[in-house]
Amino acid sequence: MITRREVLQVGAAAGALLAGGGNLTRAFAQQKLTQDELLKFDALGNVTLLHVTDIHGQLMPVYFREPSVNIGVGDARGKPPHITGTDFLKRFGIAAKSAEAYALTSEDFAALAKTYGRIGGLDRLATVIKRVRAERGQDKVLLLDGGDTWQGSLGANRSLGQDMVDCMALLKPDAMTGHWEFTYGEARVKELIKRLEFPFLALNVRDTEWDEPVFPAYKMFEKGGVKIAVLGQAFPYQPVANPRWMIPNWSFGIREDDVRANVEKARKAGAQLVVLLSHNGFDVDRKLASRVSGIDVILTGHTHDAIPEAIKVGKTLLIASGSSGKFISRLDLDVQNGTIKNFHYKLIPLFADVISSDAEMSAAIAKARAPYADELKRVVGHADSLLYRRGNINGTFDDMICAALLKERDAEIVLSPGFRWGTSVLPGQPITVEDIHNATAITYPQVYRMPMTGERLKEVLEDVADNLFNPDPYYQQGGDMVRCGGLGYSIDVSKSIGQRISNMTHLKSGKPIDPKKEYVVAGWASVNQGTQGPPVWELVERYIAAEKSVRVTPNTSVKMTGV
Amino acid sequence: MNFNINRRQALTIGAGAMVAATAGFADIALADKKAADEAIAKFAGGKAPVAGKVKLDLPEIAENGNTVPMMVAVDSPMTAQSHVTEVLVLADGNPAPAVVKFHFSPASGVAEAATRIRLAKTQNIIAVAKMNDGSVFMGTKQVKVTIGGCGG
Repeated sequence: MITRREVLQVGAAAGALLAGGGNLTRAFAQQKLTQDELLKFDALGNVTLLHVTDIHGQLMPVYFREPSVNIGVGDARGKPPHITGTDFLKRFGIAAKSAEAYALTSEDFAALAKTYGRIGGLDRLATVIKRVRAERGQDKVLLLDGGDTWQGSLGANRSLGQDMVDCMALLKPDAMTGHWEFTYGEARVKELIKRLEFPFLALNVRDTEWDEPVFPAYKMFEKGGVKIAVLGQAFPYQPVANPRWMIPNWSFGIREDDVRANVEKARKAGAQLVVLLSHNGFDVDRKLASRVSGIDVILTGHTHDAIPEAIKVGKTLLIASGSSGKFISRLDLDVQNGTIKNFHYKLIPLFADVISSDAEMSAAIAKARAPYADELKRVVGHADSLLYRRGNINGTFDDMICAALLKERDAEIVLSPGFRWGTSVLPGQPITVEDIHNATAITYPQVYRMPMTGERLKEVLEDVADNLFNPDPYYQQGGDMVRCGGLGYSIDVSKSIGQRISNMTHLKSGKPIDPKKEYVVAGWASVNQGTQGPPVWELVERYIAAEKSVRVTPNTSVKMTGV
Repeated sequence: MNFNINRRQALTIGAGAMVAATAGFADIALADKKAADEAIAKFAGGKAPVAGKVKLDLPEIAENGNTVPMMVAVDSPMTAQSHVTEVLVLADGNPAPAVVKFHFSPASGVAEAATRIRLAKTQNIIAVAKMNDGSVFMGTKQVKVTIGGCGG
């Protein structure tokens, strides 16, 4: 592993090489940023909450481009997190081209990535957590993991979550909840939870037979003399958005009444601070906060939003800590007589070139990656343009996956899931096996090939669009729009289900999609049991290897209106 | 009210409420939303149902349209003077909108009942409660039945 000293030396050398170039250099970035400055925090009160969420199997620092298109509908329209690019910078008073601008937006991403480098890594995270615990005292700090931790990389998939469980254990979290964790199936989830030295909380999961709770709803802690109840809320639509057959005995849902009942129960049991560790998604939590009283803090997750301020809804503070291991949130609270008197909040981007690596975690990561080390770094091809995933309608990484499936499955149309995890590859960089798996590593990767009528295709698009753009967030599932290959369409986000999608076009022929005609459709991540086909990463690898250099041209086949 | 029904509580409710649950009434097995409205009008006996008092506990999005857990509860003291007599549950998008009718008496103690219902597509579930004084109350909840698979 590269230590901080080595990084600084590399930086200095690079600075010397690039001196007079006129551009920002890594050395410049490092002079502007120090670990002390990045972690500087005006400590306050008696409790510190540390929050990480949606790490998605990323043990190492990553490039991750935040979305440029993230539309809010209904009450969420124009409110964070539905602000992007320069509007985002303006709203939060962030200077263009600054380190924060790079971490939080898509503006000038490829250029700024070269300046500020990768972000994240559990070893950097460990450094920050240890430092905060040392500064504040262990008796004041709670570390909470919002889930989507055990999935999203080759190593996590091959070890069925083991690599993440082992490394996260070193951070000593106080509790977690989940979503993609459940895609390892009931037996494996139970097995892994048994080994955790902290509770897996999920008040909204019940068994399908007797409707009884499967997991503990909350845990009481005492920190800084304050009794704190941490309630866990797993992703409500697990059996709808991911395969139900993997967890046939468990039922989920938002279960607002159960949230309310548990908040009341915790208060009666003496809780002076009630924290909801949630995987609902930001808009769902915003609505929940407006309807359920008595929650002091919601640590949000699932929708991968990184918001540099706490958002207040009534008396509830909403925290959004991003994804992919890029950030950790620190929230200091002054809790007096059961209410928050004051708070300080900072969303800390874990700049890998600025924060030193923790030796213990670094060794654990190296050990976890060792079985696949050669495979992970194997170069398959090169990116000639930026590859990223996040965005409501499309991302260039998914455009590449669609192109790969069109070709490798000899299909007319491709449907690719609108997942929000998946790291970015910069122009000019090699595309490695690790990069491919960072965008595809799931336990149901089979690429199907089947006929679908134009009518059915429209139903699918309408269905997914409603999961994203239903004005009532309780009906949203938190993913992005299904990505289409070979298919263009128009979408009016202001309409209701059945009315949003129009002008569906078969791109190759330029002809309108015929509702009665059958098209050969390839796709992956089907929630149906027994789906047949090769794993998606195999086809993407074959495609990139044949292309050698991948250039994704801007996707103009989807027209959005009603924003 | 506690919706945390476990096996024992469910059995108690079943016995205490003397719930007569009948699925698929032959006489009101009607085919569309208009039919549902007509069934409500017939049940209400000419009175206009008032929104309120009736709470439907259903998921916002069904995990499996073939068996959707449903609970209905009516706010009532359930005394001889003031109690719920019947609750009709309809699914306005099902080929046969009438789902179930629950019968209550003061001996029921509480006016609540749970069952599982089948939903053909996204639709409104409507519960209409008739009181002993003839007044009628109504609650509605939309349940989405989706194709699923793109959450992330």
